[in-house]
Amino acid sequence: MSGPDVAVVGIGIHPFGRHDGLSGRTMAVHAVREALRDAGVAWTDVDFAFGGSNDAGNADTMVADLGLTGLPFVNVRNGCATGGSALVCAWNAIRSGAGRLGVVVGFDKHPRGAFASDPASYGLGPWYGETGLMVTTQFFGMKTQRYVHDHGISPAALARVAAKAFRNGARNPNAWRRRPLSEEEILTAPMVAHPLTQYMFCSPGEGAVALVLAPAADAGRYSDRPVHLRSAVVRTRRFGSFEVYSPSLALERADSPTVDAARAAFAAAGIGPDEVQVAQVQDTESGAEIMHLAECGLCKDGEQEEWLARGVTEIDGALPVNTDGGCLANGEPIGASGLRQVYEVVLQLQGRAGDRQVPGRPRVGFTHVYGAPGVSACTVLSR
Amino acid sequence: MSAAPEPVADGLFTWPADQPHLLGSGCVDCGVISFPAQSSCPACTSVSVEERLLGRAGTLYTWTVQAFRPKPPYAGPEAFEPYGVGYVELPGEVRVEARLTVADPARLRIGQPMELVIVPFGDRVTYAFAPVDGPGDGGRS
Repeated sequence: MSGPDVAVVGIGIHPFGRHDGLSGRTMAVHAVREALRDAGVAWTDVDFAFGGSNDAGNADTMVADLGLTGLPFVNVRNGCATGGSALVCAWNAIRSGAGRLGVVVGFDKHPRGAFASDPASYGLGPWYGETGLMVTTQFFGMKTQRYVHDHGISPAALARVAAKAFRNGARNPNAWRRRPLSEEEILTAPMVAHPLTQYMFCSPGEGAVALVLAPAADAGRYSDRPVHLRSAVVRTRRFGSFEVYSPSLALERADSPTVDAARAAFAAAGIGPDEVQVAQVQDTESGAEIMHLAECGLCKDGEQEEWLARGVTEIDGALPVNTDGGCLANGEPIGASGLRQVYEVVLQLQGRAGDRQVPGRPRVGFTHVYGAPGVSACTVLSR
Repeated sequence: MSAAPEPVADGLFTWPADQPHLLGSGCVDCGVISFPAQSSCPACTSVSVEERLLGRAGTLYTWTVQAFRPKPPYAGPEAFEPYGVGYVELPGEVRVEARLTVADPARLRIGQPMELVIVPFGDRVTYAFAPVDGPGDGGRS
């Protein structure tokens, strides 16, 4: 698709974690105001907005607080890819000329404990939930179990991913889990869904992120360090991919929606995975980060074992991954996570990531989210 | 004589039966098999599908152990016991997700032979897969 290049000209966040007494919507309003301030614009300047949450209400109701300007504000709800999907919509809106200054916002607030899902809302019979098969942690346990079997990934590698996340989270003032944990503590924690222990899983949480987008040609008006959103792509599952909430799977495995979305995002950007210098991939579990690295084309299947042993994905490594602590350290407010990833990559490309700044002035970044029942959104960013 | 306990859902498996089978659907046009039965083919989009009985034996494709009590709508016994969950590959048909009759990681391995069993679930019954060699094989390769 042709159209103007798109830039991120403002970013805002509400700290992730637990915020008793604060609604998800209140956090979202905070994030939008921060993003507007970062871009040096007012809400009255905004042409359109896309936003969403999974469990914290309709994004468009924020106009009551931000101002009733009459702008088109579309709610997006697409599982863990809610923020990523909202971003795709905004990217398309600018590319098509439908608006020039757009806001994208994602937020959420979930009850404590694992996610609970209603089978009917996924087109499944009540029996699927009643008999204990509809549990996201279970799916990632099983997908990881098969992956480590096929590609020789050790329990130590699974622990290294989590240890890195908490180390990075300790350097991120907006993260939830900021206490570093040793690989030993992670490995010996109670098993939640074999082969994944308690500290190899993120927890549902709370938080909000907002971005301001503009045509790249206008970006200089709003930011002295605009970051180009080179592509934003969302894909759903194809027949044969191994997806969450699947009572059965095809005999032949097909590529996941992550593979499809990442491939399309790189193609649209005209940038290859080998050019990425900082990446955010969905790490709702340590096994997920390992599998998604390969599915995104950032490494080969099985290569993660050696990468983790050598520290390749550390902040000072050759390909820093989840430099803000990822979902493991930030928790998972479904609607916000995809945009948190973009927020972090923008900070890194702008050189304002503080204690966790990737050295060497990275120019190219990548983000990836994955969610039920088999949806993925990816972006490629560059400065 | 009391009636057989109710299944957790109609149309999932033949019941009551001495040799129960899962009920799937097969696409008349492309042959792809789905479980549970559905009215269209997820592979080729055809709406020409037929119900079919699935095989009772297969091999373990992957597994985990559910270590905490899931939130509602989980309807298992109040006293929670960890349970195994896996995908069992029915040769030439489909990989079916199911509860497993064993929950000990030392007794579960990818590739091991499994067979369909119908097990109590509260006051109803559901389907599960059990290691073919029985609980004493150790499941180690």
